[in-house]
Amino acid sequence: MENPLPTSRAEAFPAGLRVLIVDDDPTWLKILEKMLKKCSYEVTTCSLATEALDMLRGKRDRFDIVISDVNMPDMDGFKLLEQVGLEMDLPVIMMSIDGETSRVMKGVQHGACDYLLKPVRMKELRNIWQHVYRKRMHELKEIETHNIHDDANILRNGSEDPDDRQYVAGTEMSSVRKRKDLESKEFVEHEFNDPSTVKKARVVWSVDLHQKFVNAVNQIGFDKVGPKKILDLMNVPGLTRENVASHLQKYRLYLIRLQRQNEGRACTGNLSSDFMNSENRGNSGFNSSTNIQLESELTTYTSTTENFQTQGIVPSVHISETKQIEPVQIIGSKKVPSNDVSCASKVNNAPHLSVLLSFNDKMPNIKKACEPATPKHKPLLGGTPMMQFMQYPKQESYNILSEYSCLTYVDQNLDPSFDQYSSTLPAFISATCTSEKDVKDLFEMKPVLTDYRNGHFTAIPLQVKRGAVNAQDIGAVCKVEGPPSTQDCYLNDKYSQGYFPLTYEFSLKGEAEADSLPEDVHLCSLQKIGCFENLGFSGAEIYQYGDSTPTTDVESNWYDSSELNGEYSYDPVEYPLIDEYLFA
Amino acid sequence: MELGNLQRGYIDYISALFHEGFLDNQFTQLQQLQDESNPEFVLEVATLFFDDSEKLLNELSRTLDQQVVDFKKVDAHVHQLKGSSSSIGAQRVKNVCIAFRDICEETDTAGCFRCLQQVKQEFYLVKSKLETLFRLERQILAAGGSIPIMW
Repeated sequence: MENPLPTSRAEAFPAGLRVLIVDDDPTWLKILEKMLKKCSYEVTTCSLATEALDMLRGKRDRFDIVISDVNMPDMDGFKLLEQVGLEMDLPVIMMSIDGETSRVMKGVQHGACDYLLKPVRMKELRNIWQHVYRKRMHELKEIETHNIHDDANILRNGSEDPDDRQYVAGTEMSSVRKRKDLESKEFVEHEFNDPSTVKKARVVWSVDLHQKFVNAVNQIGFDKVGPKKILDLMNVPGLTRENVASHLQKYRLYLIRLQRQNEGRACTGNLSSDFMNSENRGNSGFNSSTNIQLESELTTYTSTTENFQTQGIVPSVHISETKQIEPVQIIGSKKVPSNDVSCASKVNNAPHLSVLLSFNDKMPNIKKACEPATPKHKPLLGGTPMMQFMQYPKQESYNILSEYSCLTYVDQNLDPSFDQYSSTLPAFISATCTSEKDVKDLFEMKPVLTDYRNGHFTAIPLQVKRGAVNAQDIGAVCKVEGPPSTQDCYLNDKYSQGYFPLTYEFSLKGEAEADSLPEDVHLCSLQKIGCFENLGFSGAEIYQYGDSTPTTDVESNWYDSSELNGEYSYDPVEYPLIDEYLFA
Repeated sequence: MELGNLQRGYIDYISALFHEGFLDNQFTQLQQLQDESNPEFVLEVATLFFDDSEKLLNELSRTLDQQVVDFKKVDAHVHQLKGSSSSIGAQRVKNVCIAFRDICEETDTAGCFRCLQQVKQEFYLVKSKLETLFRLERQILAAGGSIPIMW
């Protein structure tokens, strides 16, 4: 039997996520290790795929997630991916310097839950926990919908002693073991008082199953309903007429109770919340919110339940000492008819059902913990934080010219010494909106200059003049220039060839805000804010400043000119839309 | 040398490296990863890169020296080198690798040799630049100052 997980790790999720990295490149291995550690993950590195497999096989449940490079000398990364998926069923993330669609597709086909492009950024790594979480959710769902089989199929690990496991089959709830390493839970079996009868195949009425049942009943018509008809309609393999019959009986009782009481919220089969409770037997309500809690090894649920009436307690669920709790579903009536109360009497109030903090609550804290430590180096300007876009240096310095005549904004009087500055200077974009006919709206963006010789920088605000924007009237040019080549980034209207229009809304940012942008701020989501992090003309951020103007819809195209770099560095994970439209 | 001068010199030097394409943003990322728990992180990574790349280059040379050139192998090595160079932000090396792979695809032996020369050149160039940079850093630290970091 597996030992229960240390509580601290469970509660700290996603911190403490156990990651295995496999990469034959020692440099990357070191870098990734460092990055993952900064995310408060537990990292194990490995440079050989075969070694990694041994590690994984040797001790089950040692890792939560695997990150592997695609190209490795001893084994193809995709093969490793397949193996891990088959044998260990862990989420695997692929990595490569090669971002060709075919490769990515191959990764996905082989079961990768994500495909990262090198150079990998911290923020991408920080989010990998979602794959672990997602997998657990799916596992759970699968178990719930497919557990019409024997106990052995449902419960993977855990107690081998069938006597320990009892089900409440007939009552409208079922408990399901979620994870292999969970210890067994004891459930009071409703219909069978004798543990030895547990060996019978049992149907666990999951939410989905019950829903099908209800649908069938409604379709037939409650008056004319009969187990055979329902069974046929439901068309669930493995379900027997008896199962349906007993379930129908309960359902009828439940409906009667509903009618009688007419008060409180009945639990119907539509209730999809999972809940755990064991302490209220004859009392009213349970706690209310369903929070999905994630411990690092298992999912526990606090439940949302409806208010149950007095005797209506049904979750006669045994919860073992280990505090690991099965999600329990309420289906149908909660009231346990008195003659069935034997189940209630078997309820064991587990003392350890503490309410775990909701995942959501925890998250912000964890995120903070995951933020990278501030480097201790002295900031360049003696304390003045550099504008954020300097984070993305490029080789060329930038000069912005706009090509359209109207509203030409050309910052011709750039400091001549500007050119000598490196990519640490922010790129900026002058986007002027113009249209031949109607200048409905235009916006200008002005660069932020940092001149660290003079130790100051000026932030020049972007102004938005309002008006309705007609997308096709907007064309803007952003020209990025500097040795060795001139890059043109066009914000072009939809008439431009080869570009698909993208819609962005630009939102306002106060000037003050811009100063204090944290390093990894995502200044835009595609639909919302028009800033692009690292979009190829790297570091260009468009931000608005203005008092009154609301967001402007601009239809524009961004593309990353291939001339800019051999490859562009942006995060495909984060900007899937852009990905489609940018051309390598 | 006076600390201020050292620091300004450092800034100029590293700026030029970015400016001239020797380094890209990845290098900055590495600098930002460095912290007091690991004050030599960038240096360590760079060292790994130097060693690993030298090995790769030697392998490459060997492979190209064969009677019958195994272009797949060449490609694999170049791919590795590309990955390595991207780890530290050695942009020019990476760019040559990209071109190199295209030449490989065309199974152009002469072209491959040229690329090999080029990539070697770029590698040694960036290596020496980085070594200079680290030296400057040491000087600054020795003078009691802290290394200015680009944000």
